[in-house]
Amino acid sequence: MYKNLRWKLITILVVLVVFCGVGVYPLLAEHYHWPSPGWLQAKALKLGLDLKGGVHLVLKVNTDDAVRMTSTATSEQLRDSLRTSGITPTITVTPAPTTFRVEGVPQDRDAQFRTAADEIAAATYDRNPLAGGSYEFRMKPIVERDLREQTVEQTMQTIDRRVNALGVTEPSIARQPQGEEILVQMPGVTDVAHAKDIMGKTAVLEFKLVEAGPGAKEDLLKQYNGTLPGDMEILPGSAGSGDAAGSAFYVVKKIAPVTGQDLRVAKPGLDENNQPAVHFELKSAGAQKFGKLSGENIGRYLAIVLDNRVVSAPRLEGRITDNGRISGGFTAETANDLALTLRSGALPASLTYLEERVVGPTLGADSIRAGVLASMVGLLLIVSFMLVYYKLSGVNAIVALLFNLIILLGLMAYIGATMTLPGIAGFVLTMGVGVDSNVLIFERIKEELAAQRGVRAAINAGFSRVFLTLLDTHVASLISAAFLFQFGTGPIRGFATTLSIGLFVNLFTSIFVSKTLFEMELSKRQTPALSI
Amino acid sequence: MHIFKNPNFDFVRWKWHAIALSWVLILAGAFVIKTQGMPKGVEFSGGTIVIVQFDQQPNLDQIRGALPGAGANAVVQQYGDPSARQVLIRVHTAGAESGGALSATADQVTAELKARNFGTFKVIGTEIVGPTVGAELQRRGILATVFALAGILAYIAFRFRLSFAVGAVVATIHDLLITLAFLAIFRYELSLNVIAALLTITGYSMNDTIVIYDRVRENMRSMRRDNIATIVNTAVNQMLDRTMITGGLTMLSVIALFFFGGEVLKGFAFTMIVGIITGTYSSVFIAAAIVVIWQGRTPVKVAPAAPVAPAASAKKAGKRRAS
Repeated sequence: MYKNLRWKLITILVVLVVFCGVGVYPLLAEHYHWPSPGWLQAKALKLGLDLKGGVHLVLKVNTDDAVRMTSTATSEQLRDSLRTSGITPTITVTPAPTTFRVEGVPQDRDAQFRTAADEIAAATYDRNPLAGGSYEFRMKPIVERDLREQTVEQTMQTIDRRVNALGVTEPSIARQPQGEEILVQMPGVTDVAHAKDIMGKTAVLEFKLVEAGPGAKEDLLKQYNGTLPGDMEILPGSAGSGDAAGSAFYVVKKIAPVTGQDLRVAKPGLDENNQPAVHFELKSAGAQKFGKLSGENIGRYLAIVLDNRVVSAPRLEGRITDNGRISGGFTAETANDLALTLRSGALPASLTYLEERVVGPTLGADSIRAGVLASMVGLLLIVSFMLVYYKLSGVNAIVALLFNLIILLGLMAYIGATMTLPGIAGFVLTMGVGVDSNVLIFERIKEELAAQRGVRAAINAGFSRVFLTLLDTHVASLISAAFLFQFGTGPIRGFATTLSIGLFVNLFTSIFVSKTLFEMELSKRQTPALSI
Repeated sequence: MHIFKNPNFDFVRWKWHAIALSWVLILAGAFVIKTQGMPKGVEFSGGTIVIVQFDQQPNLDQIRGALPGAGANAVVQQYGDPSARQVLIRVHTAGAESGGALSATADQVTAELKARNFGTFKVIGTEIVGPTVGAELQRRGILATVFALAGILAYIAFRFRLSFAVGAVVATIHDLLITLAFLAIFRYELSLNVIAALLTITGYSMNDTIVIYDRVRENMRSMRRDNIATIVNTAVNQMLDRTMITGGLTMLSVIALFFFGGEVLKGFAFTMIVGIITGTYSSVFIAAAIVVIWQGRTPVKVAPAAPVAPAASAKKAGKRRAS
């Protein structure tokens, strides 16, 4: 009758050994510093930030910035093109970043204007005529959507590079389902201010020719009779950096021939006065542009602009091609940070922090200790009750329960799930359902025994009847877990993951493992009497 | 060993009393929420939490006095075991949601603490949530729950009957409402961990209900002559040992969590304790009661006016016929 018993036992043993190895051993090895191969340790169950300690940030990408930048760039291009045809209308970007306005196109030049506008903006902007030779350009919705999407993606990549450059182990950078939000998790990091500083720097580097300055804002404007020409802008000097303290301003060309995108490398170093500085090298295309720019403007000043502030404005002494240096009041640390952000590329948009959570390592360790203690006490209470109430059969239930725990831990480690506090909640529910499965089976067996069935028949009937019950409860729970996973956010998903795995494991342990143990018991005796 | 020897309680008789009791609890909770509001953790309301560990035993009132705006609306409380000298400070504002300014309030709090000479301390945890996050979290949480319940409704209606499905879903919603009521009355904050506990309760309650239903379904086949009230009563009595054991054991482990699980899990454990009690209770007095009320009015498939046999003997007779 129980021919398959040996194979069933072997299966159970193999499962036990494998999951003990994958799930339990690496955790213990890490805690007690036991030897453990790297590939195994890499598979160890990861602890969430709430248990391990670290920084958890939710930030929003202000994609409006990128949209406005595109509108500005397009309008500038249009201005340039119109100037060559001798049309000089007023061009402004409206507060809504998707639109810009052109005002004062002369009646007789209208056709010419339309041709120029079509050439530059027809693919990306819709043009609406307004009264009096004015036009409104509005970004096409599909272009806008793509641009915002691209901006978020690019931001994620840049943040990823920067966080990695910070030397954070196993950071997680994920996009939130609500679109423009990014979740950054940095285990083990506690200096949140520095991390935020590195991540959030837009780090837009531009080289622009200086037209006037440095000087006070009013003095500079006076030189241009109060209004700057359309192709120039006034920028503040970087506060705290040597020659360009907060009060100094520069008038510079709007167009930046060379930008941070042309950089190949940037690394911290020292300048000729042994002060910290950032050295950079340009890609070949950038080097060509830089050579042309510096060669044509020897004797003039070139502003090095970072995030719309002039860091320094050295005099161009000769033709420079592929490398240069940014100096100006850096400390070794700020030079290092700047080099890092320049290397990782500029952020296409600014960031807004929505949520910030720092769990110190002691706090996480407290949570783990308390959680483990509570689980142990709970498990002990369950085990003692099972032994008292179900006697020898209680051992079955306990073995099944332990199996359940071990396999669940192992599977979670294997699929790379992260253990968080809500995940522990999923664990508790799985344990509860696991206990329930065994209780259901045992109570049913008791009922069958009370109806004067033989022990074998009672056990078989108990398992086969309860199997249907378990199927219904487990499928129902799986359905709800699936919906929770689909629609929930981070912690709810963690709960749903643990629960789903737990339910499958529980079916295996309560039906297969527990029944095999009963069969083993029965096979030993001639006239079996059940201790239940 | 048995907890109850051949139990034969008439549970169904008490259904209206039970439903009245549930309404009283839910309305009491609603009243508290209406007058005092639902206490919400920073995840939902936005704000700043700073957890500080002091080298010397701190005076909470002095800390409160040191806070910006003299701690108006601030929460200052012992965190965990008093010997750990940890204090949780919660201020209901966060910095502006722009640039890196979110942590402004937290920085202000630590600066004030430093200025007031409370001895050396270190910040062991902070939690800062801007005002827009909570609303989204709440929306998605509710959405997830509603869809999950709809899925369950469809499954149970398919496997059992519509009346069973409605009963199970109403019972689960009942459990959520009762637990929320208790959370509001005992002023436990709605945090992410409490949400996880609420989800766990949903699962537990559903599991418990289906187990009872399963036996009702079995009895409906074997006890064709009995009316639905007898069938349900029999099923509940047959499952009474199991209900007490499972509920009791889960309860034990959750009580262990409450006492030993540390500060972070306290709200979680409290929610679970309430949820397990109401989840067990609702399977009988709400879920099964709804089936009795519903099926009692539409006497299809159930033979009417059968001579009412004592439940215990009906159980034996019924089951043996089936097997």
